[in-house]
Amino acid sequence: MLLIYCPYCEEERSELEFRNAGDAHIVRPANIAEISDEEFEEFFFLRQNPKGLIFERWRHIHGCGRFFNAARDTVSDRFYTTYKAGEPKPDVAAILKGEQDKGAAR
Amino acid sequence: MSGANRIAGAGRLTPARTARFTFDGRTLTALEGDTVASALLANGIHLVGRSFKYHRPRGILSAGAEEPNALLDVSRDAARRQPNVRATVQEVFDGMKVESQNRWPSLAFDVGGFNDLLSPFFAAGFYYKTFMWPKAAWHAIYEPFIRRAAGLGVAPTEADPDHYASRYAHCDVLVIGAGAAGLSAALAAAKAGAKVILCDEQPEVGGALRYERGTTIDGKEGWDWAQAAARTLAAMDNVTVLTRTTGFGYYNHNFVGLVERVTDHLPALDKALPRERLWQVRAKKVILANGSIERHMVFANNDRPGIMLASAGRTYLNHYGVAVGSKVGVYTAHDSAYEAAFDLKRAGVAVPAIVDCRDNPGEAVLAEARRLGIEVLTGHSVVNAGGKLRVSSISVARNGGGSARKIAVDALLVSSGWTPSVHLFSQSRGKVKFDAATQRFLPGTYLQDCLSIGACNGTDDLQATIDEALAAGELTARAAGAEGGAQVTLHGENAFSWTGGMIGAAEGAGPDTTVKAFIDFQHDVCAKDIRLAVREGMHSIEHIKRFTTNGMASDQGKLSNMHGLAIAAETLGKDIPQVGLTTFRQPYTPVTFGAIVNHSRGSLFDPARKTPIHAWEEAHGAEFEDVGNWKRAWFYPKAGEGMHEAVGRECKTVREVAGLFDASTLGKIEVVGPDAAAFLNLMYTNAWDTLKPGRCRYGIMLRDDGFVYDDGVVGRLAEDRFHVTTTTGGAPRVMNHMEDYLQTEFPHLKVWLTSTTEQWAVIAVQGPKAREIIAPLVEGIDLSNEAFPHMSVAEGKICGVPTRLFRMSFTGELGFEVNVPADYGQAVWEAIWERAEPMGACAYGTETMHVLRAEKGYIIVGQDTDGTLTPDDAALSWAVSKKKADFVGIRGLKRPDLVKDGRKQLVGLLTKDPKVVLEEGAQIVADPNQPKPMTMLGHVTSSYWSENCGRSIALAVVAGGRARLGQTLYVPMADRTIAVEVSDMVFFDKEGGRLHG
Repeated sequence: MLLIYCPYCEEERSELEFRNAGDAHIVRPANIAEISDEEFEEFFFLRQNPKGLIFERWRHIHGCGRFFNAARDTVSDRFYTTYKAGEPKPDVAAILKGEQDKGAAR
Repeated sequence: MSGANRIAGAGRLTPARTARFTFDGRTLTALEGDTVASALLANGIHLVGRSFKYHRPRGILSAGAEEPNALLDVSRDAARRQPNVRATVQEVFDGMKVESQNRWPSLAFDVGGFNDLLSPFFAAGFYYKTFMWPKAAWHAIYEPFIRRAAGLGVAPTEADPDHYASRYAHCDVLVIGAGAAGLSAALAAAKAGAKVILCDEQPEVGGALRYERGTTIDGKEGWDWAQAAARTLAAMDNVTVLTRTTGFGYYNHNFVGLVERVTDHLPALDKALPRERLWQVRAKKVILANGSIERHMVFANNDRPGIMLASAGRTYLNHYGVAVGSKVGVYTAHDSAYEAAFDLKRAGVAVPAIVDCRDNPGEAVLAEARRLGIEVLTGHSVVNAGGKLRVSSISVARNGGGSARKIAVDALLVSSGWTPSVHLFSQSRGKVKFDAATQRFLPGTYLQDCLSIGACNGTDDLQATIDEALAAGELTARAAGAEGGAQVTLHGENAFSWTGGMIGAAEGAGPDTTVKAFIDFQHDVCAKDIRLAVREGMHSIEHIKRFTTNGMASDQGKLSNMHGLAIAAETLGKDIPQVGLTTFRQPYTPVTFGAIVNHSRGSLFDPARKTPIHAWEEAHGAEFEDVGNWKRAWFYPKAGEGMHEAVGRECKTVREVAGLFDASTLGKIEVVGPDAAAFLNLMYTNAWDTLKPGRCRYGIMLRDDGFVYDDGVVGRLAEDRFHVTTTTGGAPRVMNHMEDYLQTEFPHLKVWLTSTTEQWAVIAVQGPKAREIIAPLVEGIDLSNEAFPHMSVAEGKICGVPTRLFRMSFTGELGFEVNVPADYGQAVWEAIWERAEPMGACAYGTETMHVLRAEKGYIIVGQDTDGTLTPDDAALSWAVSKKKADFVGIRGLKRPDLVKDGRKQLVGLLTKDPKVVLEEGAQIVADPNQPKPMTMLGHVTSSYWSENCGRSIALAVVAGGRARLGQTLYVPMADRTIAVEVSDMVFFDKEGGRLHG
């Protein structure tokens, strides 16, 4: 069971309190009614399912109820960071470098 | 006397404290602290079961959790019977009943043993080949045969009378395994001030110190030091010591499952205690001190009862005081087995020979063997074992050939070396690496915050183990934030330093042989089966495992994995790391369903939700149906009525007089804020800013892909306040859906959402007399058609309590839905009932509700839609605004597939024979005589007998349905084909005048 840091509650809580909500940083187009079929396909259907770093959404559904974002490694399930909805996507290179440094320190 | 083989003065049990138990009906005496295995051995019993496939006689192989053979049926009473209990783990208690398994009619003479003679026909993979043909024989012959033959024990038939406990725990350092390593680490971490949990699967701490002799720690004999260390730890406030507790599963983020066996060893059952306690531990750091597991030797007939691991022989002698035989041979590839011979010899047991397949064992053990006068045959191998129900002899030959010499034995201790227990490390998803020098897999790359120490980390020497453990304990404690206390130092000494070991088949069981040299005892897999698998094209270890079932039994191949791997690698001509190890998965040892299910059974399995009016419904004879977790009144049968009659009566009564329906389960969401209308404009297809306060509207909610997600009536109470209703089953996901868009896509909108499903009781009063029934009870609301027309909402009072009163209908009749605070629900219902009943009205349930709404063609989202219907498919285009610039689903609706011709559309179906009621889910075709597979046009979504229409009615989705009005289609069933006519969806009061009555 994962241990997830809620950036609103500022606490690590058990996965039981959360629900995954799919990929993060997929913005619903403001002019959605006008976009082409290809653009809609890209927005609604296509996802990467990466091995390694993923940016994803979680909801602290049995806690504060807020949606937030997380950077997680899909192989190790390690959370690099979690951050509030609307905040910019963290710098991937910096995250991975930070992990390497931490690994080296261990 | 507690068994003829008990040696006076040996072991740690107290001779005066006896316990009696039965084995296959025979009463035996044991000592307190015995396992079933040690007690049976004390009584001279090695034969305890029959093997899975060949029904070969099997004995006790080990003295621990890795036991593959000695699986027994253990019971305390009729309800407390458990099959497949490992005799080497289960402690004896007075009055215990033990039965052997997988034998008929008796253990010594077993008819299934015939399989052993037929074994050429039961080669690896035989299931896949033998049972392929002829196809028809599968159901008739093969499957019943396999089912009868498969499985070892017999499942209990009575309900489990025990209870189980569950506990969540947090700690700085969790130490799994309380041998020399685990105890040292726990001491270091605890003294540094960390919060520590230490667990071990054995009844007492000590690990390998249980059988080792000549080991000292801190100047004390190893076992004594261990018990003292455990007492020290248990006395500390920051330490929890758990024995009889197995760390069975290592999950994400240092979440570890432990199961503690609380009462299974107690002679008198304490009802206050749980049988087992499940611990779910979240540890900042985990220290794995899991030790290692001894491997057996792979040679012909190595499964004879009486052949066991050398460490097991030592355990039975040094801990339980039991000699496993009177003439005990040793066959080894590792120095450690010599010590078993030494211990037995010193205890007065004859040791005819130590057979060592190596040419050069350690000098120290050879010298000691000479001193004790034990013959050592180096460079020799045991090429066969004689005896049937118990080993009687071994045939020993010089490696490389030559004649075999027969040595009489009544037990044989074997060791091919030690496999580090990397199970939990592997479960933590760490990657093992192969150490070529010592031919073993060791922890390599760590993925979680844990450390392996001692034997499971490949550290062999005692002092090195202790040093490693102390360092790990202190390091993890400091890293977890502990900052107090003293450092710990300990000094340990071994009698001998061990070397050696081999993996794979021994001499005489090589590729040129067809002998039965077992590697996996529990699944009867021999060395030759692995070779066969490779010959038949299985080149991946995962394929070999599944083809031979090696390591797939409940012991998960604790003894067999390395042997199987080595033989596969040899046959493939590859190095072991190239072939690779199969993945270890949770649980490490079998865990009872009781511990996992725990409190979640009976009424606690899945909580039932009951409406505020539930008690009244129960008292009035309602039958209930489950809708999600809700218990909903289904119908109210009167004396002598079945469901059909009751529903028919309720349907008629509602349309002729009136009916009361408990609609409290409807999902309710309060949408409040200056942007509430703007928000609903985005969430629903309809326009909401045009809805005036005091009015309601039926709304359709889509997902962004354009498919119908939910529906419901929304009432506007004020400019900034809406009362939204959802389907009963959809309430939580609709709330989540709204929150998702509000928080992440439309965060600029000033809106607040509150789930109010359980705050309001809802009483639907429907029918021509509905107004007359409620009017005298209502205050402050003019109920006239002019002031309060269909689709109105008003706040006022009913029976003196606040109400949100809706004029709406899901029946097509004049109707009201009375919302009152949940606590008043039943009282208001009773007040309304008091007026309704004398007028001839009835209470009706969900079945009548379904029929009445179907008579009017009102859909139920989730029954008539299935997540692939658009509003247009469901004939709801009228509810989709053409003027709005955006709403969720606006773009999805324009997708090419969603606008093309021939989509499945919701229509009505009338059977040509009005008495025939279609089956929901039945498929619809145009031509029932077309060849199979037929082209299916759609399926029936709702179908009922309608008492009001005097015939059956149905709704269905049909390709191009609305263009087929009046056409005849067919519903082929198993026994007949039913002709139907496509109709519109309204079967009753097509003009809809009754709504406005």
